[in-house]
Amino acid sequence: MMSVTGGAASAAGGQSSQEFRHGTTVAALRFADGIVMAGDRRATEGHAIAHRSMEKVFPADRYSAVAIAGAAGPAVEMVRLFQTQLEHYEKVEGVVLSLEGKANQLGQMVREHLPMAMQGLAVVPLFAGYDLTRRTGRIFTYDVTGGHYEESEHNATGSGGRDARTTIKLGYRSGMARDDAVELSIEALYEAADEDSATGGPDLIRGIYPLVATVTADGFAPVPDEEVAERFAALIERRRAEGRQP
Amino acid sequence: MTMPYYVAPEQVMKDRAEYAQKGIARGRSLIATTYDLGIAIVADNQSRSLHKISEIYDRIAFAGVGKYNEFDQLRVSGIRHADTKGYAYSREDVDARSLANLYAQYLGQVFTHEMKPLEVEILVAELGTGSGRPQLYHIAYEGTITDEDRYAVLGGETEAIAERLEERWTSDWDLPAALQAAVSALAGPDRTLAGEDLEVAVLSSGNGRRAFRRLVEAELDALLG
Repeated sequence: MMSVTGGAASAAGGQSSQEFRHGTTVAALRFADGIVMAGDRRATEGHAIAHRSMEKVFPADRYSAVAIAGAAGPAVEMVRLFQTQLEHYEKVEGVVLSLEGKANQLGQMVREHLPMAMQGLAVVPLFAGYDLTRRTGRIFTYDVTGGHYEESEHNATGSGGRDARTTIKLGYRSGMARDDAVELSIEALYEAADEDSATGGPDLIRGIYPLVATVTADGFAPVPDEEVAERFAALIERRRAEGRQP
Repeated sequence: MTMPYYVAPEQVMKDRAEYAQKGIARGRSLIATTYDLGIAIVADNQSRSLHKISEIYDRIAFAGVGKYNEFDQLRVSGIRHADTKGYAYSREDVDARSLANLYAQYLGQVFTHEMKPLEVEILVAELGTGSGRPQLYHIAYEGTITDEDRYAVLGGETEAIAERLEERWTSDWDLPAALQAAVSALAGPDRTLAGEDLEVAVLSSGNGRRAFRRLVEAELDALLG
């Protein structure tokens, strides 16, 4: 996940800023009717767990979602400002920004944040939504300089992003159904949490599960907690039955 | 040498008021009324892109009559005020009363100190939270503010329109009944107004966080019966 105070650990250890990790795993993938976005719930402070039920997947507006990785404070603030700006534009102009317009707007905000990023408080969002003119889901990834790149199928970011990406890559089929896409995103988070200490897995004891949401022509819809919980339980069961380690 | 003219302040105010009233009366009128699930706003407006009714915030709507560029400027600054306040504090801290006061002060200021008063009349409508009743703040060109919890009529011929609406108004009517009465009150005895002559929007708690919704085309025609 996200570090609450990221820079402190690396400064104290005299490590380079390269050592500083923006924890978290957030992932997005396209399916037949739109996109699925998922994110774990852990926030870390150095090596300690700072928060167990942090939200990293947000509706940006009715037809788009944004997920965050990096320093928690500025990231959540950036999402709040982004949400306000999209709604403000819509009300003043009487029309909704295009999906590309929203992605550019977020890019500008990330770019403005660059001085903070250079000091170790990087914010790297993942943006995805349903394009009402092209009638398809679209995904945009960012770097700390505000550069944004459209992904054709899927992507994941954060410290566990690599593991999530690999899992998604192996299971991804173009034109997947909604249920398969949700399932794959859950599997990706499961694998990422297994490998990355800054990514939280399903917390069966406290009943805290990663957040998953879809965006389709019907708008942003969170996947109910019960469904996510069931899918994680089924995943563990299935692996046991297959004789694999859960 | 020319003599400086003396004009009595009463005369100045009277002239300005007359000027503003004339400008407002030239435009078409608008009705806002409460109904069982919220507030409905109906404007006599054929344009599909130049709106008289607009969303300000989650539970707040704006409506204006008179000079379009003038009330549109007020609308945009209202949205900016609400969004800024909601971002700086919390969404629940944004309320219509403070916004209506701000509008009233601005209109009053312009009326007294500028050469030309604003030729507008505006409405700030807010859906009540919880058990709170809906509130309609009606602000006139010179900054007079009145609050209503039943209905408000803006524009020209307001007395005749209000009279027609009063005859049919009931406190817990449903949306179709409220719209039909509002439309016939706006139209008067000599005209009929159809869906394409109207701009209609509602603030309804059934719409989720953002209570504002425009009613257009088939949906509006069905409600008008």
